[in-house]
Amino acid sequence: MTSLLPVLFDGVVYASWLFLMASGLTLIYGVMRILNIAHGSLYALGAYAAASLAGAWLAGGYAPVGSYAMLFLAALLVGAVMGPLLERGLLKWMYGRDEVVLLLVTYAAFLILEDVIKLIWGVDSLTLSDPYALPGNFDLGGLPYPYYNLLLIAVAVVTGLALTWSLHRTRQGKLLLAVIHDREISAAMGIDVARVYLVTFTIGAMLAALGGALTAPTIAVSPGIGVEVIVLSFAVVVIGGLGSLGGAALGALLVGIVRSATVWYWPEAELFTIYGVMALVLIVRPKGLFAAPEARKI
Amino acid sequence: MRRGLLAGGVAGLVAGALLTAWTAPQWLVFLATLALAKGVVVLGLLLLMRTGLVSFGQGLYFGLGAYAAALLGHWGGLEDAALMLLAGTAAAGATAALLGLLLARYRDIFFAMLSLAFSMILYGLLVKSSALGSTDGFNLHAKTFAGVALAAGAERRVALAAGAVAVLSAALLLHRLLASHWGRMSAAVRDNELRVDYLGASVTQVVYVNYVIAGALAGLGGALAALAVGHVDPDTTYWTTSGEFVFIAVLGGTGSVVAPFLSAGVFEALRTLASQYAPNVWQMSLGLAMLAIIMFLPTGLWSLGQWRRSAP
Repeated sequence: MTSLLPVLFDGVVYASWLFLMASGLTLIYGVMRILNIAHGSLYALGAYAAASLAGAWLAGGYAPVGSYAMLFLAALLVGAVMGPLLERGLLKWMYGRDEVVLLLVTYAAFLILEDVIKLIWGVDSLTLSDPYALPGNFDLGGLPYPYYNLLLIAVAVVTGLALTWSLHRTRQGKLLLAVIHDREISAAMGIDVARVYLVTFTIGAMLAALGGALTAPTIAVSPGIGVEVIVLSFAVVVIGGLGSLGGAALGALLVGIVRSATVWYWPEAELFTIYGVMALVLIVRPKGLFAAPEARKI
Repeated sequence: MRRGLLAGGVAGLVAGALLTAWTAPQWLVFLATLALAKGVVVLGLLLLMRTGLVSFGQGLYFGLGAYAAALLGHWGGLEDAALMLLAGTAAAGATAALLGLLLARYRDIFFAMLSLAFSMILYGLLVKSSALGSTDGFNLHAKTFAGVALAAGAERRVALAAGAVAVLSAALLLHRLLASHWGRMSAAVRDNELRVDYLGASVTQVVYVNYVIAGALAGLGGALAALAVGHVDPDTTYWTTSGEFVFIAVLGGTGSVVAPFLSAGVFEALRTLASQYAPNVWQMSLGLAMLAIIMFLPTGLWSLGQWRRSAP
């Protein structure tokens, strides 16, 4: 089993990327009870914005190192613009409706954004390979791996730690946890729930865009890249338990390693095993691995 | 009065479909068959929605129906349209009977997500199975209908006529079911299943049976769509296909068994027009229409008619 190390490494790299997507999704669900299909569009927007911004930076002849900053800047911009736009402009009018109706609202937003992306960037694909190739490769189990993968893992770990820290150690985070726990009581205690919603959705949007921005150098950014990402991150979030950050991390690792193992040993079964794991987890734990128990209401 | 109206509506739809089948140009026949096929899938969704459940995975049964119909000719050498429709319905119904045992325990978003997972599993299998043409799928061609040989060019017309009769009788049966004790029980499950439980009725049984019916109807729709298109591919089971069905269901509303067919017709007509004149903003117009309906017509297009009737 000489190839065990690369399998694990591939799995962890994939899991890091999944975690960036899933953490935003699960955060939004935990606070707002919205399963956000438009998350995939935010991912695509992040990828496009990153490819354009970093591409312009490199074309301008500035130091290539700055292109990494451009990736993060693109994610922040997309999140800061699209988050409030979607939350204030659309979702705000739908609160109080059924969870499934909200799912459909975000589905509609997803459909709209797909065409918006095509209208802005056209249908040709963008490539931005410099940040990926620039740092060079390192050797792992006899195979060359780009250093860029380490950056991806580092960003995911830092994001996870930062989110956990700010949720449990800061005042704002504790307010947010209170809202997750009971929205009505929190509002009654004087917490500005509307603001918490806005901030949560914006952070979630930034995380989705960050996932896209960091993927942009590794793929050809083309229309439709958000479509598959949505169901994948749904799978991760549902496996971990909706609304649980630790669950999202564990779900991402599980899906990431299962996927890389199947890609290495049984490539035909790639998609099948990912959703097979999701179905299995839901069969054994109907609400995911880390879901909080809920009281039955008559 | 209402019963007469519905029977009239369904009879009108059957007559319209038959008339289209014999006289209309091929493209219209194709469009009508596709609308009918999607309508019957949405009919199943309507039953589920009346029970308080939204499935984001009806593509599973739609695809199963389509592949079962196509495989009958591909492997079994039976290229009979009537048998294909039956095979599609039976294959989907049987799978739903199996998966339903599990899914009947789930509600809300978990029901939606687990059904989505199953449809994506089938998608994953189909995409990677080279024997079934992977992502390209394969063609099918019905040469007979119930043993009677079909003239070239008439296959689609016959498929539409047979589909119309099958699908609309299913709609009438479902209407009877919804008006019966069973239908009220379904509505009760949607409103408050714990109370239904306390009253001594089996919630799981209601959900299970309705799920199987919805699956079988989606299989029928899949087989009919496969006959109309003459081709099957894994996209029939992708989540966007399932999303489209939910969209059509929301567009029509759950007010009547006729609503799915009207909204599927509107949807297909809109899609054809949009792909002709505005291919770049087709999805955007869909999304905007969906938002408008959710905001202003929460019970769907069907409520327009209802509203006018109740006005003095």
